[in-house]
Amino acid sequence: MKNNVELSKQIKLSCRNVWKVYGDNSDSFFSNNSYFREDPSILSKKITEQGQIVANANVSFDVHIGEIFVIMGLSGSGKSTIVRCLSRLIEPTVGEILLDEENLLGKSEKELIEIRRHKMGMVFQNFGLLPHLNVIENIAFPLKLQGLKEKERLQKAERVIELVGLNGRENNFPMELSGGQQQRVGIARSLAVEPDVWFLDEPFSALDPLIRKQMQDEFLRIQSLQKKSVVFITHDFQEALRIADRMAIMRDGQIVQIGKPVDLILNPKDNYIRDFTKDVPWESVLKASDIIDKSQKILQKAKEVPFDMPVAKMLPLLSKKSMGVVVVDQAGKKLGMANAQSFVTALATAEN
Amino acid sequence: MKNSIFEKNTLTWIGIIFITLILLIFQDKWVWASKYPKDLIVPFSDWINFSMEKFIEQFGWFFLSISWLLSWPIIGAQWLLHSLPWIVVIFLVCFIAYLSSGVRLALFTLSATFYMVLIGYWEESMNTLALVIISVPMAIFIGFGLGVWGFFSKRAEKVIMPILDIFQTVPTFAYLLPILLLFGFGTVVGLIASILYSFPPMVRNTILGLNRVPDHIIESAIMSGANSKQLFWQAMLPSCKKQILLGINQSTMAALSMVIIAAIIGGTADIGWEVLYYIRKAEVGQSLVVGLVIALMAIIIDRITSGFALNSDKAVKGSQYLRNIRLNYLAFAILVSILLFITASFFQVLADWPYNLSIWVSSHINDFFETFVKTFKTEIKLVKKYTLFFIMLPTKIGFQQAVSPFTWGFKLEMFHKIFYFMSFILVAFWFLKNKKNGIFIFLLLLMIFLYFGLTNMPWLSLLLIYSFFALRVGGYKLALGTFLGLGFIVIVGMWPEAMISIYLCGIAVVFCFIVGTSLGIWAAHNSVVSAIVRPINDTLQTIPLFVILIPFVMLFKIGDFTGLLAIIIYAIVPSIRYAENGIRNLPSEVIDASKMMGSTKMQLLFLVKIPLALPVIMLGLNQTIMYGIAMLVIAALIGTNGLEQIVFIGLTDGNMGKGFIAGISMAILAMIVDRITKTVSKKRSEALGLSIK
Repeated sequence: MKNNVELSKQIKLSCRNVWKVYGDNSDSFFSNNSYFREDPSILSKKITEQGQIVANANVSFDVHIGEIFVIMGLSGSGKSTIVRCLSRLIEPTVGEILLDEENLLGKSEKELIEIRRHKMGMVFQNFGLLPHLNVIENIAFPLKLQGLKEKERLQKAERVIELVGLNGRENNFPMELSGGQQQRVGIARSLAVEPDVWFLDEPFSALDPLIRKQMQDEFLRIQSLQKKSVVFITHDFQEALRIADRMAIMRDGQIVQIGKPVDLILNPKDNYIRDFTKDVPWESVLKASDIIDKSQKILQKAKEVPFDMPVAKMLPLLSKKSMGVVVVDQAGKKLGMANAQSFVTALATAEN
Repeated sequence: MKNSIFEKNTLTWIGIIFITLILLIFQDKWVWASKYPKDLIVPFSDWINFSMEKFIEQFGWFFLSISWLLSWPIIGAQWLLHSLPWIVVIFLVCFIAYLSSGVRLALFTLSATFYMVLIGYWEESMNTLALVIISVPMAIFIGFGLGVWGFFSKRAEKVIMPILDIFQTVPTFAYLLPILLLFGFGTVVGLIASILYSFPPMVRNTILGLNRVPDHIIESAIMSGANSKQLFWQAMLPSCKKQILLGINQSTMAALSMVIIAAIIGGTADIGWEVLYYIRKAEVGQSLVVGLVIALMAIIIDRITSGFALNSDKAVKGSQYLRNIRLNYLAFAILVSILLFITASFFQVLADWPYNLSIWVSSHINDFFETFVKTFKTEIKLVKKYTLFFIMLPTKIGFQQAVSPFTWGFKLEMFHKIFYFMSFILVAFWFLKNKKNGIFIFLLLLMIFLYFGLTNMPWLSLLLIYSFFALRVGGYKLALGTFLGLGFIVIVGMWPEAMISIYLCGIAVVFCFIVGTSLGIWAAHNSVVSAIVRPINDTLQTIPLFVILIPFVMLFKIGDFTGLLAIIIYAIVPSIRYAENGIRNLPSEVIDASKMMGSTKMQLLFLVKIPLALPVIMLGLNQTIMYGIAMLVIAALIGTNGLEQIVFIGLTDGNMGKGFIAGISMAILAMIVDRITKTVSKKRSEALGLSIK
């Protein structure tokens, strides 16, 4: 499962002050370094006034090793552009993309191909499957591009097919599969090269709600086995909450707020964020670790609950045990006490 | 705001009408304005002839050696097809047909090819096939290369596209002219002409296909680590395989039709030449028998190539499996061919069909047609006469001259004229009063035009009318293009002939558009009609133009009227098609919504369906005009008098300059009409927020 507390803080991928402006001479706004001192919103407005389109304005964030970093935003907020900048499918106008502390923007075409072949995998909203190849050939396609022998690549592909649960479908063509199955192929293909960084661009948006939920669970299961560094794009706030370790909310090409889902809910930065968070049922978002009352001494005899237990499940316990329960992390270390009082306190903070 | 602009346009129109009337009234005084003076004609054709002569003197050897080189593959292909027993060739073609579309096409192919053997035209058929087999791969190679180049370089596309337009609008006969002069007589001319004529569709389909590869496929291939070569060959190309195969289908059909047309220069001993020979000798029965060979050949080639295209996305098993299957098929084909070859060497009849076993049906056909023509002699005459007197002549020379005791049974008196003009003007002003300024102007123009006739209209006022119309429709660029293009036709002295071409083609197009669109709308609402019309349309579109002429020549002899009918039959197809598709593919919500508002069937049709389908219907008009022009060119064979005839005479006399200028003039007309109708259609669809595929 997700590990909210013990995230390794080592940075895998980093996006630093990235701008993407569409239009002629878009570079000219950034030709001297004075732009750096300007407020991004003001500069962005200035550029827009000159008839150019600002897709991303001063976007910065880090993705830690093994975490699921979700970028959430409505359509037109620039989330698809930023993930394409990260993979350099789109060339950012200015900024830095650091992968393992090396700037991707300085890489040559050839180096970039090598990086994509070994370090990156990407899943697309419309699947991006090749219609003339069957399932196994689609999955083995990246390996074929690397020049692997047929036997070897089929072997590797077979392994990921197992991972996504498509056994028996190897010889079907994409057209013959349902949307959910097609996206399983997309996921398998992106994992076939065993990448470190895994981009998912609205992978489940084209699917029916029920299938979407299944696929989210499936994704979390796969991620728990693979431990990739994930950048996950979505326009669905609920989806973001379900899967994110940390998330960023974008609007008008800028990041409005970054944080753990619960941070966003407890401390929304402005009304825009609050609009998303206000209908979220607290008890299902808040985890045991979120309602710890630090002021209380840890009672050794109290009942232990895991840190990631949803508060909704704790409610019966809290109502029975007036002294509260003790929250422990994965390793069994006691983090603190939680009780009905601390739950109400957490809610009260959130409501304001 | 909008109203005032409209008024200003109406005023300009009235000004133009005024000028036209003045020019018409004073046409005896100002002859230069109605008939372009001979002394001012720019002798482009002489210049072309002269420079061509000089060019050939200098570089003739170069082209002749190319011609010599290219003749070898043709000779090789012909030798191969001739030396194989017919039974082997039939087996191979049927087998390919089976692979493409299954048993039914294979059986059809079998009977069609056996027909060729049976009537004794196997050898000629193989000569035609040989040319197609050699020219198609070259055309595809060139077309694919240019298409890929045009896709990757916008600058290249800008150069390639207009060239394609020219190749596809210049009349087919005009092509043959320079090629004939450069490469000399013989089959090579047919080969080169057919390559030049058939590579453009390949270019267009290649660019279209590559442009249509979805972004997510390209992105996913890049993210899979494809370099640019892998991206192109392993992801993009396979994704647009269907479009490419459709391009091959269209190229092949174009190649075949050009090979047939090229027969006109003779020396090819192919099936086209045979048909032409019998048409000229007025042996209609035999020309129909042989013409059927061309039609069958076209249908087979079309169905086979389009079958491969349409079934291309129905792959079922993995590529490994397919590879094995292909090997098995190949082995099977070779084995059976060898067996048949050996059998044929024992039974001569399987290799060369004996002359005395050939069947001769032409005399029966001749008899049949003769009795038919005799029985319906009066009716045929009547149809011909009425069309000529009441439609064709008035359009050509106007009521002023067309109405006479001999034709209409009375003389045009003053009170007739007053009645004619007054009724037109009254109706026109009624429309003006109701703010229908467009119809007002149209009626006034129609009044003048019908009275004086197209060929009597002063060139100056027609130039003004067309250019201003282009300005209203498509802005300054289009207007300038129209003005320069038509101006060119005027100064090279081709204007009178151009008007005759427009007159013949125009009548056909108006008829086709009205009747064809109505038929199409009917077919969209009635699946029985649709099921009847579709195969007829399919066949008419596949059959080379030549063959369509034959039955009409039989019934109505040669002349304008026969040409008109042939054009109508061929050009009506797109009008029907586009109208049906346009109506059938309307968004269903709109239809449902109108039904729920309680509209009757008629209201639904005229207030909702037709206005919404109008952009598509306009594209149908565009295609009808293009088809009409294509057929007009061929109609020169049966003695029409327009530009097409000059092209044809140029070809037969070897007067390159004149024929070529006439050809260019036709292309100019075609392109102007094309741009104008396309612009109207595009504007309509943009205004409606619809996209046309």
